[in-house]
Amino acid sequence: MNASFDVGYHAQRKARWHYGEVAFWLIVLACGFAFPTRYLIMTDILRLALFAMSLDLILGYAGIVSLGHAAFFGVGAYAAGLLALHGIVKEPVLALIVAGLAAMVLGFATSFLVIRGVDLTRLMVTLGIALLLEALAERFSNITGGTDGLQGIEMQPIFGEIPFDMFGKTGFFYSLAVLFLLFLFARRVVHSPFGLSLRAIKNNPLRAAAVGIPVNRRLIAIYTLAAFYAGTAGALFTQTTAIASLDVFAFERSADLMLVLVIGGTGYLYGGLIGAVLFRMLQELFSTITPQYWQFWIGLVLVVIVLIGRQRLHRWALYVPNVVIKQVAGRKAVVAVPESDA
Amino acid sequence: MTSILTNLFDGVAYGMLLFVLACGLAVTLGLMNFVNLAHGAFAMAGGYVCMVLVNRMGWPFFAALPLAFVSSAAIGIALERTLYRHLYARSHLDQVLFTIGLTFMSVAAVDYIQGSSRVFINLPAALQGQFDLFGVGIGRYRLMIIVICGLLTIALQMVLAKTRFGSRLRAAVDDPRAASGLGINVPQVFAFTFAFGCGLAGLGGALSAEILGLDPYFPLKFMIYFLIVVTVGGSSSITGPFLASLLLGIGDVAGKYYVPKMGPFVIYTMMIVILIWRPNGLFGRTAAR
Repeated sequence: MNASFDVGYHAQRKARWHYGEVAFWLIVLACGFAFPTRYLIMTDILRLALFAMSLDLILGYAGIVSLGHAAFFGVGAYAAGLLALHGIVKEPVLALIVAGLAAMVLGFATSFLVIRGVDLTRLMVTLGIALLLEALAERFSNITGGTDGLQGIEMQPIFGEIPFDMFGKTGFFYSLAVLFLLFLFARRVVHSPFGLSLRAIKNNPLRAAAVGIPVNRRLIAIYTLAAFYAGTAGALFTQTTAIASLDVFAFERSADLMLVLVIGGTGYLYGGLIGAVLFRMLQELFSTITPQYWQFWIGLVLVVIVLIGRQRLHRWALYVPNVVIKQVAGRKAVVAVPESDA
Repeated sequence: MTSILTNLFDGVAYGMLLFVLACGLAVTLGLMNFVNLAHGAFAMAGGYVCMVLVNRMGWPFFAALPLAFVSSAAIGIALERTLYRHLYARSHLDQVLFTIGLTFMSVAAVDYIQGSSRVFINLPAALQGQFDLFGVGIGRYRLMIIVICGLLTIALQMVLAKTRFGSRLRAAVDDPRAASGLGINVPQVFAFTFAFGCGLAGLGGALSAEILGLDPYFPLKFMIYFLIVVTVGGSSSITGPFLASLLLGIGDVAGKYYVPKMGPFVIYTMMIVILIWRPNGLFGRTAAR
């Protein structure tokens, strides 16, 4: 058994579907039927999950720290809104793809700026691009509606068959379908040789380049893909809420997204999904306690998470499940601590 | 012609102010390599302390300024010793998350204590209005800012270049291990520098209430400006951030005056272009550390 066989074996074993994953998606689907009165918040969680997954692709797998991921979310949101408002692309699924592609184009164009420089430059450039777009959206208020946002968006039925209802049932299952499909694709990508090469780049770009990985091209590719995901999340936002306003570009959105991913853990795709659920629950909890000052508690959560240490926290969170798995299955726990990030 | 000069003057005052606000960050971010997005929170703290002292307790403005410095420095050193210290060796992501958390907390806390509306500091009559100098309108308050900030800059440069503390700091930054081997107490030097930077931010916050506007969202609104100053200015000396501040101040004022509708683009575009052209800043060192 040589080393390359070993690596391939482990990569393949990790790529296989676990029972836990199947159970996870079944539970998500079951939620759709179990809580028919909570469609709006659940749809919100799904959108956030997709958005967080997008950040996970570049942060967890490629190690790019971005403070302006809302830029792509915003472009997707406005693109979907404008397409629906002016009746350019009436069919929602098609509009979703077009909006995602619009964000993707922006992602591709800006990726050249992002791959240059060190962490700090990346932070600045991503933040700058998001702020620039927010200023643009405010400036061209005749197109974007300025601070009022896009109003009067009417969504056509999906595939011309399934209309959006006022309880958000259609919106929920529509979002879930989109999330699941994109998750499948992301899962395929991160377990492919391409995904493995991204991890190599994250761990050590210099060594990755030395073994023949085209570092810059890979980073551009994943950044562009992540932009598509974020744009789709933004488009879902517009399509399910029928509004698009300036705050889609806000810094707070990018910062909250970081928190979502940090709560869930980076580098294993489910982090964004679990994080989105926990984050929204936390937010609900804090805003019922102190409606105006919930941001304080969100900030406190961030500070505490960092001070305790993200890895330690994830070990604690996984302690009980792992003990249960050991007892029941009698083998080493399959749920591992997510990889750390640079 | 005169409007150009007045704008230039306002831009210089604005830039000087940005320099005082951001030069603490130049040390933590540029020299100590710690991404401190909460820097604006220290500035806000100073501004609010000054506001409470002047408006509520009737202190004279010039007596409240040093106190703004001291209070922000005190908060800075308390946080440095208890929290920041543990994060120096951590990844940039951790530092970003931690300081964003602190920023959110400070925004909500100030909102809770002082309300969310913009506050003004009552200025003495001597600082209000403007006078003409060869036909150029000179705001008294802005003139004072230029004088104070100019003196501070010179003092900082002198301290860094001429004093024993300055050489210790430069040594600690260049090579912390070698410096501690020579008997320099590196953590202490860093803690002191951090506190001093926070104090300067506090002073800047107190001075900026009139020009930039002071409300609980100050740390978020101006975070990008501070970051621009440091990243564009680089970290090899105090002159880099200083020139970057002036450039940013003049660019921002001119941009808002001549192309009001394109206002924010001017600086963001400027920043992105400079960062692409020189990823380590205009005046930065060539090697990234």
